Amino acid sequence: MTTPGSLVDRHVGFVHALREAGLPVSPAEGLDAAHALMVIDLAERETLREAYAATLVKRPAHRPGFDLLFDLWFPPVTTGAEGTAVAEDAEDAELPELRERLAELLMGDPADPAFREFARAMVGRFGQVQAAPGRQSWFSFPVLRALSPETLVARMLAAMLAERGGLPEKVARRHIARTTEAFTEAVASDVRRRISEESGVEKIARSAVRPPIDRVDFLRATKEELARLRREVYPLARRLATRLSIRQKRGRRGRLDFRRTVRASLSTGGVPLTTHLRPPRPHRPELVVLCDASDSVSTFSHFTLLLTFALREQFTKVRAFAFVDTVDEITDLFAPGADVLDAIGRLADEADIVRFGRTDYGHVFERFAERFPDAVGPRTSLLILGDARSNYQVPALGTLKRLAGQARHAYWLNPEPRAQWDTGDSLATSYGSVVPMHECRNVAQLAAFVETLAS
Amino acid sequence: MWFASPDEVRGRLTAVDYLADDGIATSVFLAGALGKPLLAEGPAGVGKTQLAKAVAEATGARLIRLQCYEGLDEARALYEWNYKKQLLRIQADDGAWDDIFSEEFLLERPLLRAIRSEEPTVLLIDETDKADVEVEGLLLEILSDYQVTIPELGTITAMRRPYVVLTSNATRELSEALKRRCLYLHLGYPTPERERDILLAQVPGLPASIADQLARTVATLRALELKKSPSIAETVDWAHTLLALGRTELDEALIGETLGVVLKHNSDQVRAAKELGLPSRS
Repeated sequence: MTTPGSLVDRHVGFVHALREAGLPVSPAEGLDAAHALMVIDLAERETLREAYAATLVKRPAHRPGFDLLFDLWFPPVTTGAEGTAVAEDAEDAELPELRERLAELLMGDPADPAFREFARAMVGRFGQVQAAPGRQSWFSFPVLRALSPETLVARMLAAMLAERGGLPEKVARRHIARTTEAFTEAVASDVRRRISEESGVEKIARSAVRPPIDRVDFLRATKEELARLRREVYPLARRLATRLSIRQKRGRRGRLDFRRTVRASLSTGGVPLTTHLRPPRPHRPELVVLCDASDSVSTFSHFTLLLTFALREQFTKVRAFAFVDTVDEITDLFAPGADVLDAIGRLADEADIVRFGRTDYGHVFERFAERFPDAVGPRTSLLILGDARSNYQVPALGTLKRLAGQARHAYWLNPEPRAQWDTGDSLATSYGSVVPMHECRNVAQLAAFVETLAS
Repeated sequence: MWFASPDEVRGRLTAVDYLADDGIATSVFLAGALGKPLLAEGPAGVGKTQLAKAVAEATGARLIRLQCYEGLDEARALYEWNYKKQLLRIQADDGAWDDIFSEEFLLERPLLRAIRSEEPTVLLIDETDKADVEVEGLLLEILSDYQVTIPELGTITAMRRPYVVLTSNATRELSEALKRRCLYLHLGYPTPERERDILLAQVPGLPASIADQLARTVATLRALELKKSPSIAETVDWAHTLLALGRTELDEALIGETLGVVLKHNSDQVRAAKELGLPSRS
């Protein structure tokens, strides 16, 4: 095999960067990718990208990080070699003209090559900023501020629609939102490319890749990531349910099924050669969820609530209670067939969970034991969701101990990293000594926990 | 050699009405060129099974399909001895003990048939995630060496490597070992532009303007947080529905009436009607 040295180096460097970003790329897969490079046309950049993706990226969650690194390692252009008509136009056009051009592009197809070329030209023109005296650097925000695509929406809607309102406007807005996002991403990608040309590709690669969606911290997720997380709820619930039912089927076998055994023995002359057993009775715990609905952890508790209700079939009964500094039952909001997203929106308005607005775990436990004495019984799994930060109030450990004692199992899921437990007003260790506390920062940890819960 | 280049893949798949994007064309080409199985994963109804059928049709190969389900075992997937025939033979002829394990008594199942096939073959292993984990172990041997060992007959090696496509709905994670041996293709929901082209290819007689509107409306529906997003197959059904109704204009009332074709959960329909401002049906 005679491959130019530089290509091998690029390949090895790229595979290494993927591993650094958390993609599990095995040496065998690296070899597969190298084999693939031998049979494709290397000048076709998209083919190269897909060849790498097919051989190295085996989980959809890893694809965004992969694309980002690919753009850095195999940039579409290098500065100084652009020289397209679009770029030259952009050099001397006036701003209103450029905005006009952007509006046209945003109404069209984002896969059009002119789209990316325009984004690159705009970064070249507006993206450079004095970062420190004598040091230039590249940024996205001056580009987006100069062109401000969001102020073009009204004009684009007017051009796309005969009359405003109704479904056509929704559809048009969706299209504009999608292309604007693509433009923002194209600008960001070109900014990263220019930075990597100046200060080395390894450096920017390390800081630019977001973790895959199932490793994103609940408490640090961006708005887009939250939307994507919520979209993951049903697939995740389905995956978990499948795994749980597989496990139940192969767990302990049931009692002898006399009827089936005798019937099967007829074909062997009445000798029961094979015994048939009844399927085991599935063990389905009752679940009581107590969730902290205060702002600091609401993203986490909402997601977990969504998941528990999506997994409803795995439990005989699910009851949910929300609290900030007092507690109320919210099970009704999640009745079967109800829109769970709505339910979460209504949670804050309809449930009586706030007195003064500062989380007070101690008062909540007292109140819970008093108002819902029959909620926790010997068949119940009690699940508490929260960060155990009680604003220096009385912890009411005794009450919690009693509740945990009544329940069959009790668990506490804490969305904070373990290193932050017990700092400030966190009572993680005190509560953790009564109810076993699990760190639950991302979807992967949550999924692992749910598996242990329902088995 | 199955295909000469990704562009050829695209051309030949388009000829059988399957529109391939860069990702599909490249991985289909590589699967042929490297002789590796192709694992297509993605939500239901985005054309995973259709891809295997299209490859078979485009190359004129025979399609052998193994549908996976819970409880699928070697006897159904690989081969089985024809016990009844063996028993009869022994009863008829006492000296037949030696030759009851021969070709004559072997029942071929899809995997063995694909391995022994002398003509070009596309082996489709459908819904791999539905099968039990043991089946994956069975697949590993076959997919890495393209050979099958039958204790009584010896090892059978493929004369001509079949083109293998595995599909999965991701109801469970396939094992790392299996994924590592495959090329991976994630099939997601297409962009509105591609979906419009798919509609035009799949639904003859559909006016381009309606195809465009449908594709964009479905994209808007997918942007909502629904229990089950509409799949490509459902969009195609929707187009057929509109065509059958003889409507040439897609307005809000019509969308509201026919929403059940693409959204199958009541809560999803209510949500879509609310978010898109459609007339409510109840």
